[in-house]
Parts: sequence; structure tokens; C-alpha cells
Amino acid sequence: MIERLDQIFVLLKHWLLGYLPESWQVPVGVLISVACIVGLYPALFAVTTVLERKGVGRIQNRIGPNRVGPYGILQPMADGIKSLTKEDIVPTSADAVVHFLAPIILVVTVFMGFAVLPMGRNMVLVDMDAGLLFYFAMGASTELSVFMAGWSSRNKYSLLGAMRAVAQMISYEVALLLSSVVVVMMTGSLSLVKIVEAQNHYSYGLPHWFIFTPWGCAAFIMYAIAGTAETNRSPFDLPEGESELVAGYHTEYSGFKFALFFLGEYVAMFSISGLGATLFLGGWMAPFAWLQVIPSWIWFFGKLFVSMCVFIWLRGTLPRLRQDQLMNFAWKFVLPMCLLNLFVAGLWRFMGEGWLRWVVCSAILILAYISIGREGMRRKKFGPRSYRYAE
Amino acid sequence: MLGDGILKGLAETAKNFAGSFVSKERLTTVEYPEERLPLPEAARNFPFLVYDGDDWEKGLRCVACQICEKECPPKCIYIEKSKDKKPDYVGKPQIYPTKFDIDISVCMSCQICVEVCPFEAIKMNTEFELATDDRFGGLLLDREALARSNEYYHEIHPTEATEVDARLAEEKVKVEAKAKAAADAVAAKAAAAPAKPADLVDPKPATSEKAAESSKAPIAATTPAAPKPVSGTGTDGPAPITPKDTKNAEISAKRNEGEPKA
Repeated sequence: MIERLDQIFVLLKHWLLGYLPESWQVPVGVLISVACIVGLYPALFAVTTVLERKGVGRIQNRIGPNRVGPYGILQPMADGIKSLTKEDIVPTSADAVVHFLAPIILVVTVFMGFAVLPMGRNMVLVDMDAGLLFYFAMGASTELSVFMAGWSSRNKYSLLGAMRAVAQMISYEVALLLSSVVVVMMTGSLSLVKIVEAQNHYSYGLPHWFIFTPWGCAAFIMYAIAGTAETNRSPFDLPEGESELVAGYHTEYSGFKFALFFLGEYVAMFSISGLGATLFLGGWMAPFAWLQVIPSWIWFFGKLFVSMCVFIWLRGTLPRLRQDQLMNFAWKFVLPMCLLNLFVAGLWRFMGEGWLRWVVCSAILILAYISIGREGMRRKKFGPRSYRYAE
Repeated sequence: MLGDGILKGLAETAKNFAGSFVSKERLTTVEYPEERLPLPEAARNFPFLVYDGDDWEKGLRCVACQICEKECPPKCIYIEKSKDKKPDYVGKPQIYPTKFDIDISVCMSCQICVEVCPFEAIKMNTEFELATDDRFGGLLLDREALARSNEYYHEIHPTEATEVDARLAEEKVKVEAKAKAAADAVAAKAAAAPAKPADLVDPKPATSEKAAESSKAPIAATTPAAPKPVSGTGTDGPAPITPKDTKNAEISAKRNEGEPKA
């Protein structure tokens, strides 16, 4: 029974495919899975928007939306109808083709990332050997669509937003990759399914997730920072900082195209959260051995939900960074820590079992964290300002 | 250490999040259509016409003197005088407005009409839910839409309304005393010369004196008599108001209140 419930979606798909001739089964099977992914995540996006608005409201001691439907739960429908019925305006001087393509490319590339994410036991669209590589390739091409949007709008705010976005995403992509490489080093595989399986054992009822090791914990923190920046979420939402750039790269988008950007941003958050859960939090694994009775897909989406809550919590807490702070943080703190973490992971691998590697690895990471942090936080003494005028 | 500020901030927002579910006083939101805050006494938006008694048409204090119409900076008031005189609430014949329209899409809520009105007939209302789907007719308020009772005035601006009533009562007492003195003088004269044919002319001095006194107002002869619900003296007599006094008193009263002025 438990087995059945765990595999319910897989069994359902096989049962459906049973009615089809042999040669159709593979393409139709893929189509069904794709349809599920493309249908499920926008639905989750709708739930998350209302969750975010209510959550941030409560954080700011407000009530949040409560007018549409009981407790405002139908708010996303109202928002959807609004954005669907709005006029779609393309600026006259905009590059119409690129302007049209940008939101589509964003959404497509964001959804492509889900192809390799295992969302439950045996629930992965493509078990690719180079899954992680594919994921990052797709994640990197969102930058292209962001820049397309900013460039084609022919608006200085859009362009500034896009330039900020590209600078930020490229800087943090390095950190994102380096923090994930540690996991690849330890498991020896780029396949996300294999990475989950490598964490899939328990000792004394506790799981062997990578976050419960010094290098894994450090890598997870770096991954979370870089992932937040990669998805343009607060406090790294400079590309769309409404106080200075109207809305950044999607200033000139209205109606459904704007909704697509919005969707793309949230689905990218799901996707980054899903990858983070897969790499460090054991993917679809239960947190305790005795909780394995609960189906694996519930655990995956539960972890997704928790990380969305953390995203919302962070958004309600932290103010936006300045551009130079953002860059300094990426190149002077996150990147050195990631590089050090590579070394620590290697040390962990070759020190063998025992308590010594725990102490050594933790000590190195904590010392580095404190010293780099202190260096970064040191107040710089500025002399009196001197002005140089053009002659 | 790096990051402890972030943790502190996260703890603070978590406290807010949990606290907003537990303690109601954390939430500052007033859910407007269902809940509403009491309006401050100085609140105002568009003018209304005060009437005394129960019948708005009979009790309207306005005598169609058109001062407000002339003074209105955006010219949003339109008044048509009546040809005839109609007995007002106390039975004194006087001109009344057959038409009194205020276009609230033009009105800028400056309160100048209130300040110039010698008859305490126009005051500022606090109603603000005036949205309508008819942008012409719906925003052009006529006499009936503008008329509000004195009790309503007391409700929305209690201090100001009490002052106005006291002033009106004072005026009335003054006028009554004067009229009585004049009547006494006439009676004394009549008593001194009982058989004189001048008897018929006797009441004249009193009325002409009154007319001269209030000649600064265009239609001062037909001054309104205001029965006062708060400080009403019972007897209803003609209570002409000297416009300048009233105006100055009102303005100084408002200055004392420190109310913002247009």
C-alpha cells in the first residue's frame, strides 16, 4: 500500500500508457510528464504569490489580501484574469521580435531545468548522466532572455536593469556552480538521481544528507545566497529595484508578457529550491527513517515549500543591497569561501572516517568565515573628501 | 560577526509574523468598508445646507443672498432666487432659493462659502463616499441632496454647531430686546398721546430701524429666524443678524480653534 502510494503517479502513467500501442508509449509518456510539470508549477506559483503577499503582510503587521474569496485565497485568479485582459503594449521603437521572444525564452528555459530534477522516487523526466550540467546550462540562458528584454525595450531603465541583472547573475553563477561542484566531487556523478541516491541511507534513524557535513553545510549556505541572487529575489533584487528602476528589465512589459516574467521568476525560485533540496537536503528523502512511510513526492514538495517560506521570510526582512555591496559580497566573500570549500571537501574525502575530519574541516571553515567576514565588515576610514574638477 | 545582524532581523520579522496572529493590536489595518475610524471634528469635504425643524424645504436657512455664489473661487455654486416670498420655519416671509446646485466635481473644499455666509446656512459636510457612475448628474448636488438638519450638523461638528447656535440665540435675544424696547417706546408714546391720529404710523420706526441696522446684507429685511435645539429660547421671533458681526465672530471663533483656513 505504502509502496503503491509512493509510486502512484508513476503507476498512473504506466496504466494510461497501457492503452497505447508500443511505438507511441515513449513519446506520449514524455508528453504526459511534461504536461504535469508545466501544469503543476504555475499552480504552485499561484499559491505562492498569495502566500507571499500574506506572509510579507504579516511580517509587516498587515493583514494582506483578504478580499477575493475566503481569506483571499482566490486572489491569484483575480490577478491572472487582470493580467490576461490587460492591453499588451509594445513600445514603437522597441525591437518587436526580441521583445516578444524574451518572456517566452525565459519561461521555456526555466521549465527546462525541471527535466532533470527528481521529484520523487522514479519521478524524473530525463535521468540524464550530466543532469547538473544541463540544469546549469538552462539556468544560465535565463540571463540571455533578461538581457533580450532589457535591450529590446529601448528604455533606459530596462537597459540598466538588464545590465545589473546580467552582472549579478554572472557573478553569482560562479558561486552557484562552485558550491554545487563539492557535491559532484563527493558523489562522483553529475546525475541528480545518483546524487539523491548517494544520500539515501540512514544511520541511527538519521539521514546522511550532505547538509549535515561541514563542507555540505558551508556549500548549502553559499548555494542559498547564490541561488537567491540568481533568481533576482530580495535582497538581491537590484535588477528590478522599483525605487530606482521602475521595474528593471520588464518595465516595458504589460499584460500577459509581464505575467510570464513574473511566472518565470517564481518558477525559477522553485527550480533553484528543488535543486538545492536535491543536492544538499536529500531530494525526495524523508528526514527520519521512520518517516519513510510518507510518500517521497510529499517530501520533495514539502522541502520546496519550506524553502519558499524562507525566500519569503528573507524578502520580508532584508533591505536591498547596493550594486557595489552586491559585487563585493560575491567576489570577496562568497567566491573565496566556495574555493576554500572545494579544498575542505577534498580534505574530508581523504582524511578517512573518524571524528578528526569533523573537527579539522569545521575549524577551517569557521575560521575562514570569521576572518573573511571581519575583513569585509571592517569600517574603512575615509579622509576628508577631495574634489577634482575637469580643467 | 558577519551575519548576526541578518539573524537578528530574521528573529524580529518572525516575531512580527507570529505576533500578528496572536495580538490584534499589532495590526494597524482598519478594514474600511466594514470598520471605520471616527472622523476628526475638523474633517470637511463638501458643503451642505442647514435646515431647522423637520421639513427640509421649509426650514432651509438659506435666503438666496448669493454671497457664496459670488465668492466661490471655482464657481461651483448656482443659485436661483425665488420670485415670491415664502414663510420660513417661523412664519416670516422671505426669499428662498428655488435652485441651489453645487457641482462637487468642481468644488475644491475651500470652505470660503461657509466663511462668507451671514446666515449660518451653509456648512461643510464630512460625507466622502460620493462616488457615482454618472459623472455629470451624479456629482451635481441639488437642494434636496444638500439639505441636512441642524441635528446632523451637531452630530458631525458638535463644537462648531454649539457655537453657531449660541451666536444665533444671542443675536435673537439682542434683536428681541431692541424690538421690545422700540415697541415699549411706541406704547409709551401712544400712552402719552392717546387720541392722536399718528397711531397708525407708530409701528414704523421700529421696522425702519431694523432695516437700517441690517442694510448691509442684500436681503436683510427677511432675516431668518433660527429656532435653536440646544439653546432655544422658546419664543420664535424675527431674529435679524447683522452680517458683519456674525462673520467676524465666526472667523475669530475659527481662529481660536486653530482650524485650517482656505
